[in-house]
Amino acid sequence: MSEQPSSPTRRRLLMAAPLVVAGGVGVGFWRMLSGMTRGSFDPHDIHAPALNRPVPDFTLPDQAPGTGFSAADLRGLKAPVLVNYFASWCIPCVAEMPVLNVLKDRLPIWGIAYKDKPEHALGFVQRAGNPYARIAADHDGLAAIDWGVSGVPETFLVGPGGIIRWHTASPITEAMITNTIMPLADSLKS
Amino acid sequence: MKTHPLRRGGLIALLACLIFAPLVALAVDDPSEMLPDPAQEQRAEAIGAQLRCLVCQNESIEDSSADLARDLRHVVREHVAKGESNQQIMDWMVNRYGNFIRLKPPFTIGTLLLWVMPLLALCIGIGIAWWTFRRPRAPTPPPLSDEERRRLSDLTETR
Repeated sequence: MSEQPSSPTRRRLLMAAPLVVAGGVGVGFWRMLSGMTRGSFDPHDIHAPALNRPVPDFTLPDQAPGTGFSAADLRGLKAPVLVNYFASWCIPCVAEMPVLNVLKDRLPIWGIAYKDKPEHALGFVQRAGNPYARIAADHDGLAAIDWGVSGVPETFLVGPGGIIRWHTASPITEAMITNTIMPLADSLKS
Repeated sequence: MKTHPLRRGGLIALLACLIFAPLVALAVDDPSEMLPDPAQEQRAEAIGAQLRCLVCQNESIEDSSADLARDLRHVVREHVAKGESNQQIMDWMVNRYGNFIRLKPPFTIGTLLLWVMPLLALCIGIGIAWWTFRRPRAPTPPPLSDEERRRLSDLTETR
């Protein structure tokens, strides 16, 4: 009599275990990938801790054709404002400009030109149609670091008292405006 | 074959260079970026090596040549020059970019699995090994019957 044969159910169980694990991992990756195409999952989305905090201290010079602003200007506001970091050298910024130009009639947008030459930023705003009520220039990008900005475009919804209520690190879309930005802005007004 | 000792030393040095070169290949591409005090510069590099570049995401700001990484390197050096502690500089960064900027995340509920995974993997491995070896050995076969004994002696004695 040689070795005792292991029971067939146990053997099948052992063989199935790696398959089950591989299947589980596969489903996980599939969900991540489909989420990336649908936009519900973004591996580049950085959850900035700026939310529900007052805007950082900063004072920025004017960027033609607008006037610059400081933290005090935002903190003195009674109604919400969208603060949008942009740059003339940024392709997604070009893509979001038409949307911003539609939004500007419903919600004031203040722009900050991030590490841009003044004449380039001016040219960009003139070409794209200026959606900004005020424009400031962040030449060395240090104010952006205080805001927790990791790239352009990046947008913040600043509520009354200068509290940051919403943030995105991707270009503004119409869906964002109807689903998130305007409902939130309206709720902050009242 | 014997190699000249000098040549062998050179070979070892070359090998050492090849092995360790990637460790010192930092993206500080402009010497003017570095602090004049070597001790402070070393501290700044050590802090920067723990900060994630938010553009490339899997590189430290010391290794990355992204624009933002350069700005953050500059900020780190400014704070070091001001005499702030490593903890203060790290807090300053986390305050702006969250724990995501730390290449080594802190131990929280969210990172619990990340930190205990090595221990968990070891425990699972030990468990599997224990479970496999614990199985009962094949029982010792019963002694040969008279019939088998006779057949065996027949087989061995035919020669």
